[in-house]
Amino acid sequence: MKLGGQIVTFVIAWAVLLLLLGINVLLAYQPIGGLHGFVPIGIAATQAFIIMAIFMKLRGRPSLKWVFAGAGFFWLMILLGLSSTDYMTRAAWPL
Amino acid sequence: MSQRAAALKPEMQYADLAQQGETAQLGMWIFLATEVLFFGGMMAAYLAYRMTYNADFDAAAKESVIWIGSVNTAVLVTSSLTMVMAIHAAAERERQPIVYFLLATAALGLIFLGLKGYEYVEDYNDAVVPVLNFHPKEGNPGAVELFWLFYFYATLLHAVHLTIGIILVFFMAVRAKRGAFDAGYYAPLEVVGLYWSFVDTVWVFLFALIYPIGRSG
Amino acid sequence: MTVTTFIPAKSTAVKNYLTAGFGIRSWLLTTDHKRIGLMFFGSVTFFFFIGGAAATLIRLDLLDPAGRLVQPDMYNRLFTMHGVVMVWFFLIPSIPTTLGNFFLPLMIGAKDLAFPRLNLLSWYLFNASGILAVYFLLVGGVDTGWTFYTPLSSQYATGHVLPAAMAVFVNGFSSILTGLNFIVTTHRLRAPGMTWFRLPLFVWAIYATSLVMVLATPVLAMTLALMSMERFLGIGLFDPAIGGDPLLFQHLFWFYSHPAVYIMILPAMGVVSEVIACYARKPVFGYRGMAYALMSIAVIGFFVWGHHMFVTGMSLYSGVVFSFMSFIVAVPSAIKVFNWIATLHKGWITFDAPMLYALGFVGLFTTGGVTGLVVATLAADVHLHDTYFVIAHFHFIMVGGTVSAYFAGLHYWWPKITGRLYPEMWARLAAILTFTGFNFTFFPQFILGYLGMPRRYHAYPPEFQVWNVLSSAGASILAIAYILPLAYLGWSLLYGKRAGSNPWHATGLEWMTSSPPPEHNFVRTPVVTSAPYAYPDPETLADEPAGRRPQA
Ligand SMILES: [Cu+2]
Repeated sequence: MKLGGQIVTFVIAWAVLLLLLGINVLLAYQPIGGLHGFVPIGIAATQAFIIMAIFMKLRGRPSLKWVFAGAGFFWLMILLGLSSTDYMTRAAWPL
Repeated sequence: MSQRAAALKPEMQYADLAQQGETAQLGMWIFLATEVLFFGGMMAAYLAYRMTYNADFDAAAKESVIWIGSVNTAVLVTSSLTMVMAIHAAAERERQPIVYFLLATAALGLIFLGLKGYEYVEDYNDAVVPVLNFHPKEGNPGAVELFWLFYFYATLLHAVHLTIGIILVFFMAVRAKRGAFDAGYYAPLEVVGLYWSFVDTVWVFLFALIYPIGRSG
Repeated sequence: MTVTTFIPAKSTAVKNYLTAGFGIRSWLLTTDHKRIGLMFFGSVTFFFFIGGAAATLIRLDLLDPAGRLVQPDMYNRLFTMHGVVMVWFFLIPSIPTTLGNFFLPLMIGAKDLAFPRLNLLSWYLFNASGILAVYFLLVGGVDTGWTFYTPLSSQYATGHVLPAAMAVFVNGFSSILTGLNFIVTTHRLRAPGMTWFRLPLFVWAIYATSLVMVLATPVLAMTLALMSMERFLGIGLFDPAIGGDPLLFQHLFWFYSHPAVYIMILPAMGVVSEVIACYARKPVFGYRGMAYALMSIAVIGFFVWGHHMFVTGMSLYSGVVFSFMSFIVAVPSAIKVFNWIATLHKGWITFDAPMLYALGFVGLFTTGGVTGLVVATLAADVHLHDTYFVIAHFHFIMVGGTVSAYFAGLHYWWPKITGRLYPEMWARLAAILTFTGFNFTFFPQFILGYLGMPRRYHAYPPEFQVWNVLSSAGASILAIAYILPLAYLGWSLLYGKRAGSNPWHATGLEWMTSSPPPEHNFVRTPVVTSAPYAYPDPETLADEPAGRRPQA
């Protein structure tokens, strides 16, 4: 097996994923206050993006796969977003 | 063996193998979208309770075994790399590397499951297993229990997915060894690869929801 | 639709899909979408009559204010059975798995679905789950209603909640696999020249439906799994005893179950578009708008689920958002109704049975839709929630709408499926009886609900009796209207006139092949060169247009 450009990309992606994991664990012990609610999720989203773009081969020309990968995410946001309208405001404005 | 593979024909409803392979991948992507929503039901529950019981969730999450979680993340990320290397080898039509990379992938998956099992034992010793042994040290016991219920449902469901993945990867290794991908048609391998990396992606999010919170005091 | 390679009907060299194989194995192991469509037809018809039997007992009990026919416990089990069977084992699969399965590949010029074996698996999962559900609903039963609300279902209900939920869970897989197959097929297997805006609206409708199936059903699966775990372990994520929120169950449940209404109604809209175009002999008015409307209903339908929870203790702010979104989803629905009416305008209308059913659909769907706006209004819902007004509203959509359209499609495509013509007069009678019986059954329930009669009670104050008797009487007409087609359609299988390849002179690729179609649908792959519904403009014709129903 030749060491082509693709393999280098895969290995770099793998290294970045591990690096992000390390950052995630280190930041968990730092006093960053309210950011603790967002930093791990932000890092996870970045990792997911790398896995999907490179390991699941979404990068490249626009394709139908983008639509369905995006659809899963978009519909998840509908579920989380609209249900949290209730949980964010129930105590303030109960019906 | 490779003789048979060379004579591979598309199924009746397809014009050629390229169309068949593309279609199989599209099908898997749609299936993965349903999986996102399947796990999404649980994520919605997590989000609702995290918003309601933020401090208790911090207190609960602190008890999770972060070193096992981190090592397991590294294991799964590495398995995604070996998986994609197997597909790369298939594209290059090198039979032996496909088999080795697939076996490595399956082995990493098994290591993950082994570590996860050990983590459950640790959780039991920490008395954070609802129903079986549950005596939380701090926080409102009810809310803490909600966190741990989520933890077990989510990680067990993920483990089920991973187990299916290991079986599929192993099956693919057997097929590869018999030369099924020698003719350059390896769409089934790519489909399994998509599934595998997706299970990895789910774990990355579960890690973020479970381990790194509530630790900075 | 212009097709450069017309396939003659009389190519006797090719066997049709019914004669391509005989014996039980040739059916149970088939991967032919047409045969699987027929097998689904058999299954959903069976479940329809099971659900109908429960409905019959409910209506009989409600003849009498004291509800002496069944005990309250039994009544709870009856309406649960009616709901579970009708929703998951009839309405949701009805049009997609039968007509969709049969005609989607034909209408896009494909030889089969993208994943034929998955299609067969879907049928097996469907039947396994259906038989499981019906078995446990009969022995012991479930008394939670089809909604399985916690903590009733997870902590207090007696009966077989676990196996019933399991059955619905498995049924969800069948639904997901079917939807996935349809989406992929529409994307990948269209015939040359069949661009997106040359697709018949039925295909658009099935595509939109499949999107909803694939994205909503997994959430239901997770919700039922969490509920089942709570019942199994005695503790769970919805358990108020540990600070869990039962309303969370409702959020997740309705995230699926509101869009599920669109799984039922979107395919019906597709059928009706085909039928109205054919029997008005005009292209569908505003074709692109109709396609966009289908897609936007499918998407916006995901933003409205909270309108089922206005009076449950959900946040008022959230209620306002969901109420507003529910009004928005009415816009594309109204566009569809206006476009059907505009299609009829100056058309050359014949009132054949499919058209009667389709026109019935338009009226009943509009009534159901407009009353939906009434219950989507926050203040009005406080009064109307959980009354018969809601029952009437959604039965107008699901039974008045979907079932009428299902029958419209069944009659319209019957000659294609079986190669035989049905007896027209009997079919018209059934269509008229359906409309009449339906209105007698459900219109009184609007009044009952407005007067304050709550749903799910086996007895009621005597002043409601007259409306209940009217409703039950109407239901008996409806029952006849539903059994009648079974008789004359069955008769036509043996004695009906042979149908040519295109008895209605309709457009669309499905009419370009012989009746019944050959095993792989087309002798040669068709090539499409123009938009759908290329009916001649009636105004330019001096006399009756050539496309007429053959006199039976
Ligand atoms: Cu609704």
